[in-house]
Amino acid sequence: MSDTTGNCCCGNCSLTEAQIIEELEPMLQEYASKPGGVIPALQIAQTRLGYLPEEVIKRIAHLFGKPYSEVAGVVTFYSFFSTVPRGTYLIRVCLGTACYVRGGNELLQALKHKLGIDVGETTADRLFSLGVGRCFGACGMAPVLMVNDDLHQRVKATKVGEILESYRAQAATQAEKEAVKA
Amino acid sequence: MIQVTINGAPVSVKPETTILQAARQAGITIPTLCFLEKNDPLGACRVCMVEVEGAKTLMAACATPCADKMVIHTNTRRVRQARKQVVELLLSEHDGNCQLCDRSEDCELRNLAADLGVRDITYQGAKAAPLMDTSTPALTRDNSKCIKCRRCVTVCSSVQGIGALFPQGRGFSTVIGPAFTRKLDGVACVQCGQCAAVCPVGAISEHSAIEDVWRMLDDKTKTVVVQTAPAIRAALGEAFGLPPGTRVTGKMVSALRQLGFHAVFDTNFTADLTILEEGTELLTRLKTALVEEKKVALPMFTSCSPGWIKFAEYYYPQFLPNLSTCKSPQQMFGALAKTYYAKKIDRKPEEMVVVSVMPCTAKKFESQRPEMNASGVRDVDYVLTTRELARMIREAGIDFNALPDGEMDSPLGLSSGAADIFANTGGVMEAALRTAYEIVTGRELPVDNLHVKAIEGLEGVKEAALTIKGTVPEWSFLEGVELRVAVSHGLGNTRRLLERIKNGEATYHFVEVMTCPGGCIGGGGQPRFTDDSVRLKRIAGIYAEDEGKKLRKSHQNQQVLDLYAQFLGTPLGHTSHELLHTHYTERKTD
Repeated sequence: MSDTTGNCCCGNCSLTEAQIIEELEPMLQEYASKPGGVIPALQIAQTRLGYLPEEVIKRIAHLFGKPYSEVAGVVTFYSFFSTVPRGTYLIRVCLGTACYVRGGNELLQALKHKLGIDVGETTADRLFSLGVGRCFGACGMAPVLMVNDDLHQRVKATKVGEILESYRAQAATQAEKEAVKA
Repeated sequence: MIQVTINGAPVSVKPETTILQAARQAGITIPTLCFLEKNDPLGACRVCMVEVEGAKTLMAACATPCADKMVIHTNTRRVRQARKQVVELLLSEHDGNCQLCDRSEDCELRNLAADLGVRDITYQGAKAAPLMDTSTPALTRDNSKCIKCRRCVTVCSSVQGIGALFPQGRGFSTVIGPAFTRKLDGVACVQCGQCAAVCPVGAISEHSAIEDVWRMLDDKTKTVVVQTAPAIRAALGEAFGLPPGTRVTGKMVSALRQLGFHAVFDTNFTADLTILEEGTELLTRLKTALVEEKKVALPMFTSCSPGWIKFAEYYYPQFLPNLSTCKSPQQMFGALAKTYYAKKIDRKPEEMVVVSVMPCTAKKFESQRPEMNASGVRDVDYVLTTRELARMIREAGIDFNALPDGEMDSPLGLSSGAADIFANTGGVMEAALRTAYEIVTGRELPVDNLHVKAIEGLEGVKEAALTIKGTVPEWSFLEGVELRVAVSHGLGNTRRLLERIKNGEATYHFVEVMTCPGGCIGGGGQPRFTDDSVRLKRIAGIYAEDEGKKLRKSHQNQQVLDLYAQFLGTPLGHTSHELLHTHYTERKTD
């Protein structure tokens, strides 16, 4: 496992992955006693780590007394879960029916081109990850995409560059703040 | 009782009976590609659709319980069309090169398509990805043939309690396999092949050794001998249209001779030998515990079943000292064929080739374990399953059913009825008791016709207790001892038994474990398809084989006694230790 820092969802603490996993343990154990606890446990782990490392999936399988293949089956079933480290910003393009017919796929292609990555991948600077969603419940505003928790509506393929730039700027400002604090 | 009507005829069924079960009870066939008896229905394949009056949609018969006064139709235009459509959809994704598939003779999908009169596949589109897994010596998996019925998932998790396989991903791109579609050799799979045994198509099969065996048979510098496991003689006939349980020992010997093997021997011979070695080991352990009052690992577990060995190595390493150190009969045979027999015919171990015919896929793994080279070279070179032998017989153009009965060769061919019953659950234990009791008391095991009824049959875990009375002087320390034994088959049952032993809820002296439900007669390499009715017929065939012999106790096998006199010395002696015993290795799970 990599010993990278700053994987936590808050984006500004400097715990190592190993430390985060250690912190997660009591929470995961609590879920292990609940029926249907696997998915929430995976969600919590992913929220804290940004992705689901193999070690964590195995740990969850062990705690829940389930085969590793079964928990991996859950992880691979839901597009929400990722087993590769995610960037600071997760971009999810909706490919639900409404968004698809209104150009969702064109948005996705434009993003792939701009970022130079495919779905499920992360940019080399670990700023952006690309994913697809199947309906965010905002069909009236199709096509939509989400960047972390921000919803962008009626997006045009030609405008995706601007959206990316705004997050690059945000990240830069954040980094400056960190530097000043330090 | 619940009253239903199926195709106009009244049927009376118990509550919670499914439509599929009710129809079977009434002698009506409803096809299914995913159902496995004694397991929860999945409703995954959708070919068991039936029409229920009053229901808006067709119902999956396997997953729909009967309700009182339900009126069911299994043969309407709507039902036939729906089933046909489902099969067409399955075929549209399936790699349909039937003529090149080793499953072609008994593929359930192919047969169903024929039964339903599918003549055209209306739907054209992408095929399942051709992911091949040939990573283990035992099994091959071909995703392009998989129809996602999940029988393998059910058998691996629910029956065997392992869970190596699960659907990965979703929708069209779903792949059934280990976590993140890793290969089988990277996970805690015991290679029992029960997944292959239940696969309706050719997606999971044994890793074939047929070509290797043909090559060896053609090699004039090699002496190629074959050994045949007890369980195949009551199942091989199924591949040639004979009913399950038909005893074909003699025909099998003739067929093997016609295939070109230099000598046809019997794993039964080393099954008898196992009883002498393992029985002595048990009595020695009991002596250590009762007379010397030293700590010794009890209960002792049988060690003939390689899937069970690997299971213990993965999941219950604390019990490894409890496993009998005896190699399985297959490996004992290999070691003896390349030493004792090779010497008799003036050949070197490396000039010998030992082929096994086994009902088992895990035996392929076992033969490749690095420690299995007591003769200086690999003791067993190639392992064929019962299915592979049948294919070779067909390939050679042999009319199996017309063959005369042949006799096994000497000196590794004679066997007792006790060796035959190694084939089924409870058999090794019964064979051991027949010999151990007689050694200790000088009298025959005092049960009807030498059968220990309490440990026969398909109950998951069986127990028996036997008080030893009237011992001969040498074994007087066993006088009055109540010998407690247990028998389990199927690794899920075994796990439950082991947990009870671990928690001190049950204590035994001797435990027989067989990996597959029913024992070897239900092995992963046997003709398909095996359900309980087939298991019971094969078991009946095996007991008939046992009862048909004059020689029914391992310690009376003259060829085994000759082996000790000429070569081995005594059970657990030095040569035995070198050739017939082994050790185990703890393995890491995920």
